Amino acid sequence: MSRNRGAVALKVTEAVPVFAALGDATRLRLLGRLSVDGPLSITRLSEGAGVTRQAITRHLYALGDAGLVRNARRGRERVWELDLKRLEQAKRCLNHISAQWDAAADRLKAYVERETMTSDSNAGSYTTKGSRRVRN
Amino acid sequence: MTAKAQSAQARSSTDRIEKRVVLRAPRARVWRAITNAQEFGAWFRVNLEGAFAEGATIRGRITHPGYEHLTVDMLVERIEPERYFSYRWHPYPIDPKKDYSAEPTTLVEFTLDETDGGTAVTIVESGFDSIPLERRAEAFRMNDQGWAGQIKNLARYVS
Repeated sequence: MSRNRGAVALKVTEAVPVFAALGDATRLRLLGRLSVDGPLSITRLSEGAGVTRQAITRHLYALGDAGLVRNARRGRERVWELDLKRLEQAKRCLNHISAQWDAAADRLKAYVERETMTSDSNAGSYTTKGSRRVRN
Repeated sequence: MTAKAQSAQARSSTDRIEKRVVLRAPRARVWRAITNAQEFGAWFRVNLEGAFAEGATIRGRITHPGYEHLTVDMLVERIEPERYFSYRWHPYPIDPKKDYSAEPTTLVEFTLDETDGGTAVTIVESGFDSIPLERRAEAFRMNDQGWAGQIKNLARYVS
């Protein structure tokens, strides 16, 4: 994480990125403006924001570290735009891993129970309530 | 209830995945299935070389259909007999030709509890928020084709 910029960015990186980003009124407004008006320069984003240009810059980098926005050079100015695709990919990636664990947990269950069912005589001191398997 | 249904509400955070499943089997049996590397490999579908021991790194080749080109490195952290087993790894598929040792890992924890009707196993994988989004996106692209084919298989397993 070499792109951390101070405490704000660090905090955003470690926390749940989206909620951290949405939990701040200025950042929420920045996202709102970028989603409505498209790529904008820091100058444009600072207009009527009620906070300093430096603060806007800081918030944009925090959003950038959370993967929600990115900047690009357009002509002679640098503009900021929403980058939800990457975040969506990350979420889909996590969902896949979650599904893989579901499958793995079910395989573990099948693996252990299949063997346990077929080796009742070796069950030792194991007893259960409400189970088909009871110690003899 | 399937593991999928039980974990549905535990999926709210982006940092961790949590699964809980109750196995109708004695705790000792479940413990062996998880901490004996060969038995782990049988259900997880990975061909592991060596045995799990605290501090050890075990390398294995995935045997899950469609994923055979992938390897995993499991760094065993802690083993508390019949109760707790944890290791670290790279959560996303790795390209065997690349060195990922400098990248952050996730922590996988298995916790066993005796419960009515058997043994409850809680599986937690955490630390996803420290993985750079770029890496997640790259991993997704790396695996997109493989996953596309796997989704049907996975759906069959969990239904």
